[in-house]
Amino acid sequence: MPRVSMTVNGRSVSGDVEGRTLLVQFLREHLHLTGTHVGCDTSQCGACVVHVDGESVKSCTILALQADGAEVTTIEGLAKNGELHPMQAAFREHHGLQCGFCTPGMVMSAVDLLKKNPNPEEDEIREWLEGNICRCTGYHNIVKAIQSAASSMKG
Amino acid sequence: MPDSGPDTGIGASVKRKEDFRFLTGQGRFTDDIDRPGQVHAYFVRSPHAHARIKGIDKAAAEQAPGVIAVFTGADMAADNVGSLPCGWVVTDRHGQPHKAPPHFPLARDKVLYVGDHVAVAIAETYAQAKEAGEQVAVDYEELPAIANPAKAAAEGAPQVHDEAPGNLCYDWVMGDEAQVDAAFAKAHHVTRLDLINNRLIPNAMEPRAAIGEYDGGTDNYTLYSTSQNPHLLKLILCAFVFGLNENKLRVIAPDVGGGFGSKIFCYAEETVCTWAAKKVRRPVKWTAERSESFSSDAHGRDHVTHAELAMDENGKFLGLKVETTANMGAYLSSFATAVPTYLYATLLAGQYTTPVIFANVKAVFTNTAPVDAYRGAGRPEATYVLERIVEVAAREMKIDPVELRRRNFIQPDQFPYQTPVALQYDIGDYDQSMDKALEMIDYKGFAERRKASEAKGKLRGIGISAYIEACGIAPSAVVGSLGAGVGLWESAQVRFNPTGSVTIFTGSHSHGQGHETTFSQLVADTLGVPIENVEIVHGDTGSVPMGMGTYGSRSLAVGGSAIAKACDKIIEKSRKIAAHLMEASVEDVEFDKGKFRVAGTDKEKSIAEIAFTAYVPHNYPADVEPGLDETAFYDPLNFTYPAGVHICEVEIDPATGITEVVDWVAVDDFGKVINPMVVEGQVHGGIAQGVGQAMLENCVYDMESGQLLTGSYMDYCMPRAGDLPSFRIGLTETPCTHNPLGVKGCGEAGAIAAPPAVINAITDALGILSMDMPATPEKVWRLANQHAQAAE
Repeated sequence: MPRVSMTVNGRSVSGDVEGRTLLVQFLREHLHLTGTHVGCDTSQCGACVVHVDGESVKSCTILALQADGAEVTTIEGLAKNGELHPMQAAFREHHGLQCGFCTPGMVMSAVDLLKKNPNPEEDEIREWLEGNICRCTGYHNIVKAIQSAASSMKG
Repeated sequence: MPDSGPDTGIGASVKRKEDFRFLTGQGRFTDDIDRPGQVHAYFVRSPHAHARIKGIDKAAAEQAPGVIAVFTGADMAADNVGSLPCGWVVTDRHGQPHKAPPHFPLARDKVLYVGDHVAVAIAETYAQAKEAGEQVAVDYEELPAIANPAKAAAEGAPQVHDEAPGNLCYDWVMGDEAQVDAAFAKAHHVTRLDLINNRLIPNAMEPRAAIGEYDGGTDNYTLYSTSQNPHLLKLILCAFVFGLNENKLRVIAPDVGGGFGSKIFCYAEETVCTWAAKKVRRPVKWTAERSESFSSDAHGRDHVTHAELAMDENGKFLGLKVETTANMGAYLSSFATAVPTYLYATLLAGQYTTPVIFANVKAVFTNTAPVDAYRGAGRPEATYVLERIVEVAAREMKIDPVELRRRNFIQPDQFPYQTPVALQYDIGDYDQSMDKALEMIDYKGFAERRKASEAKGKLRGIGISAYIEACGIAPSAVVGSLGAGVGLWESAQVRFNPTGSVTIFTGSHSHGQGHETTFSQLVADTLGVPIENVEIVHGDTGSVPMGMGTYGSRSLAVGGSAIAKACDKIIEKSRKIAAHLMEASVEDVEFDKGKFRVAGTDKEKSIAEIAFTAYVPHNYPADVEPGLDETAFYDPLNFTYPAGVHICEVEIDPATGITEVVDWVAVDDFGKVINPMVVEGQVHGGIAQGVGQAMLENCVYDMESGQLLTGSYMDYCMPRAGDLPSFRIGLTETPCTHNPLGVKGCGEAGAIAAPPAVINAITDALGILSMDMPATPEKVWRLANQHAQAAE
């Protein structure tokens, strides 16, 4: 089996994987980072979004081998020193999560949105979230949370 | 009830205790759990909607790499594993019980829907199990299939079960048909409407999963499962399926990623994983791929209905007649039979004084996945019938739809109100929520807004839905008389720890509802302890007293009431201990905000001090047991009846058929509210699912072959953020009269209210009376342009 090495949440990791092993499988099954979730098998729900070299990526759409040598950040790596990232804090403040299953992908995706567009309009937020499905919140409070994070991250 | 203020007490939007773990990736969902030595299961499923199994050759699969075992229905039969039962027996119009054909976890002779379970391959890895499963050779003799519920009972239709001639599960009635006919004979006008309540696939974001484990040393099983009601699952598996003593199975439902009804039921997969764990003597894990969720989670809705509403010349409702065919799918899921009967016909009075109602429901089997409760369960279907026909009646009678509703509203002084369909509403004020909703949406200004839309080339419509819901199905004696196989109470255990913190064990189960926060608020407020000192434990039959779980918007009204009752027991016992310590008589000891005081003195003891004394009883009353740990069971006296008005406005682009929901006002009466933030979140999510049903979601089977055509997110349109507006929520409050908290359910309201609001708005915009859900752009475009097409 080929060997893959990458940096995940600042830690160098490596493992022997099958060619077909997806990045999300490597994260969940090899590294036991189970915060990244699998909610579908057609790359649409977005529960598995992580950052690969700073870009949000559905970790079910790429092979672990494709992330060889990359810097990967998962939901477990977002909070620093026990302090929630402003996006995580905003989701909590605005009740942007209910069952919590889509939440890791939602948060990681939203962080990338603000990187690309620090001051998004409501419709831009809603459009960005096209690739993240939430069944609980009706998105209302997710949108509010992202708006709030945008203003707090500017400040 | 003491109120410790706006910070963490009842009525405060306390931020959720559960959020930190979910936001930091430390939630613990079933698929996140790995057990030592675990192996993986893959289910071989039927590719046919209806076929006889002539033979299964598993030799190649058994030789595949990593395979531990391959099992079929014959192996389970050899172990006397029983059929998955339906827990509610509906008695038909002739006094006969519904037809209940067997539902074996792995099919024995025939497969009855695409996705039906044929065999399980168990291997060291999931990939190996799947590869082995694909080598199981099943020799099928294909049979003609029936997928269309409207045609299932027709002569010559393929028969799903020998036990159910004509595919009829039951032919059930409620109400007095002769009285309704008499009312219709006097009518000034009768509005008639044909409706389809489209079939939905629940799609909780966490796919179902199970890990079965067997301990040979103790002969005990453990099942980790994505269940909304672990105790019920244990009861069904032990008492009905395995014939196992209940002390031998522990069911753990850890963090569960949404349910919406679909995780109430006892499914084949968890049954097989539990059974197989003993066969292979290793933990057996299965996690659904989303495709499996589509094909084999219990689906929702799927009604075909004809309704007639009789009115006098003033639009006063004289009678309602409803005929519905309800699709049960291929097998009866755990509570399938109750959904289109006691959770449907009983809601047909809605908010109105309709004096006589007759409903006839025919439940049919088809070669499709089982259908059972999905968010609202019967009540959205009833509300859709009622709020659509009332709207059409208003248009036919040329009466403003608000005015027509008002003329028929049950008035506040009529409560308690006995409807003609069994329920007795305890309290409500329907004009109040209508007034507030109209004000919030600016109903008077609609004509102007419509003009403004027209100026942009858009069609604008407004849609009203005045719904009622019956939540917290109860009381046990009544549901028992109607056929329920279970009681519908809830349990709570309130345990003070020796140094003053509190652990609450609840039979309710949270899978997004925020119980850890709301229940903690309730306890903190009632016992006067800091909220951070309260811990909520749920979802483990090994630690929580027998409870009934979470569905039907019951957790606060029933589970919360049980907690309140247990807290009362704690206070009463503590009062005796406090009286002893303060050398006062029990009657003179008052309790407020966590302190026991002797009336008229400055003597006081905190409840934490009492708890310590109870566990270190050195100076202690002789007639009181040590410890401070009380259990209560609460059986409600009635359902709770939340009600409200939702109004939405849509704008349609006639050139594309695209409908945009441009405004949404929801005014709901949930009685007392403990955490408004959580309640509003429940409403948002419910509306989103209702809008999904009305505009986007539709489960489609090929009517000839029975193949599922909407088996992935590519084909089944889930509501995305861009499909929905922000919602404006208002609350009114008539406290429930019969539970100690004055609360009603809030979890399903949005899903119940929303579909007719949307369709009323779209048909209003299009100037038509009716259309079927989902109102896709194609359908809307055709309707918007039908005059132009007809002219061509």
